Amino acid sequence: MTHHVLHMPCDEAAIRALRVGDHVTLQDTLFGIRDATQIHMFDHGRRTRMDLRGHAVIHTAPNVRKVDKRGTNDSGYEAVCIGTTTSDRMERFTRPLLEREGVRIVIGKGGLRDDSLRAFADLGGVYLAIIGGTAALETTWIEAIEDVDLDDLHPESLWKFRIRDFGPLLVAMDSHGGSLYAEVQAKVADRRAAALAKLGVV
Amino acid sequence: MTLISRAGVEPLRIAPDAIEEAAKLLYIRALKVLPDDVKAGFARLDASESDGTAKAILATMIENIGVAERTDNLLCQDTGIPIFRVLIGRNVEVDGFALKQAIRRGTERATREHPLRSSVVHPITRRNDQTSCGLHVPVIDIDFTAAERELRLEMIPKGSGSENGSFLQMLIPADGMAGVKRFVIDAAMKAGGKVCPPVIMGVGVGGTSDLCMHLAKVAATRPLGSACADAEGAALEAALTEAVNSLGIGPQGLGGDSTAFAVHVEVAATHITMNPVAVNIQCHSARRASATFTPDGVAIGF
Repeated sequence: MTHHVLHMPCDEAAIRALRVGDHVTLQDTLFGIRDATQIHMFDHGRRTRMDLRGHAVIHTAPNVRKVDKRGTNDSGYEAVCIGTTTSDRMERFTRPLLEREGVRIVIGKGGLRDDSLRAFADLGGVYLAIIGGTAALETTWIEAIEDVDLDDLHPESLWKFRIRDFGPLLVAMDSHGGSLYAEVQAKVADRRAAALAKLGVV
Repeated sequence: MTLISRAGVEPLRIAPDAIEEAAKLLYIRALKVLPDDVKAGFARLDASESDGTAKAILATMIENIGVAERTDNLLCQDTGIPIFRVLIGRNVEVDGFALKQAIRRGTERATREHPLRSSVVHPITRRNDQTSCGLHVPVIDIDFTAAERELRLEMIPKGSGSENGSFLQMLIPADGMAGVKRFVIDAAMKAGGKVCPPVIMGVGVGGTSDLCMHLAKVAATRPLGSACADAEGAALEAALTEAVNSLGIGPQGLGGDSTAFAVHVEVAATHITMNPVAVNIQCHSARRASATFTPDGVAIGF
């Protein structure tokens, strides 16, 4: 189990070096993306002016406060509370995110499925698990909201955060076909019959 | 004209403004301070967890509770769908319509003045009014209790990750309790890590379809350590808690013993031809806040 520190953006080699069970801490830049953001980008053909190539996206829609555009808050927003949402709903957007936008890292909670795992293997991507419901802590890893696009979808806009020591995050799905979620799901399926037997159900 | 209040006892009168202030305060407080019973639940799981990764995840969740309190921040970014429960005791005088409007105003003000993320959209247009309110939202449940001159306002910001882990099946009598138990185990497996375990799994048994689902929500949002008032329901919740935790889903679906703080069951009588079962799940950020109005004033709690 290795601990990696990645300065974003990163290249494919850095991603291929990650294996499930490793830990990663991210530095510099992180983009926030969510259901509506991706529905509009991939189903409705909208494009962003932001360059996501080699970057990490986190499944989020933050709590923010409007402020004057100044200094570290060029976006006109400052963070109130930024956390992570369930990734599974956004399963079908993983491949286009990697293929069209050049994203390398998806951060979320609860995991993604087989199609995403194949996309990570084909295109050189990785899924990093953050602990859902720990947003107060996560917010302390974010220094500023640098930019925002597609803000008519607020709060499901495309957010650009400046981060510092973001993590540690767990490599839960890697680019070599490894998935901690699939491993756990297989074990759980094996235990179903025993759990039902405990309840007197055969 | 007949007086509603009992002779000689002044009824408890609550002004809509007081309800509005309480609704605003409770929404923000619920998002920031986890109830003591849930904190105790974390300590219990942390002590019994045998998996290393699961233990590390629980430690981070416990750390987050402290960070939220120290930094006066929200525990989780999901401000949820706001749910209010109004429990009206005896000899209480309240304008029901004004009360509902006051709850709505309090919710809007919390959203604007804190500010909070509005997580509420129109279901067809997906338009977000940035108020945490919309058609039939906040959800407001009203019931009546035996408490003398007391009105209790409860607030639950219900997160979507766990709310999406909702299941209903109209089983039939021939499916028996075996069908009910199988349904609960399979619901836990389908929900997996998506519902942010460790969870409080709420199970509704009986009633009509809508009552069954409501029972599941009541069960999922009951304090940890409470038991179903019905003896058969209480026995079922103990058995289901043990069985669900034997599956090994673990915190965040990454494996371990701590899948559920508890499985809670609520039951209602049902029809001779029916055997409905429902599951509603509360995530580990099992947030609640309450205000109790009495002649002595307002007490804020969980």
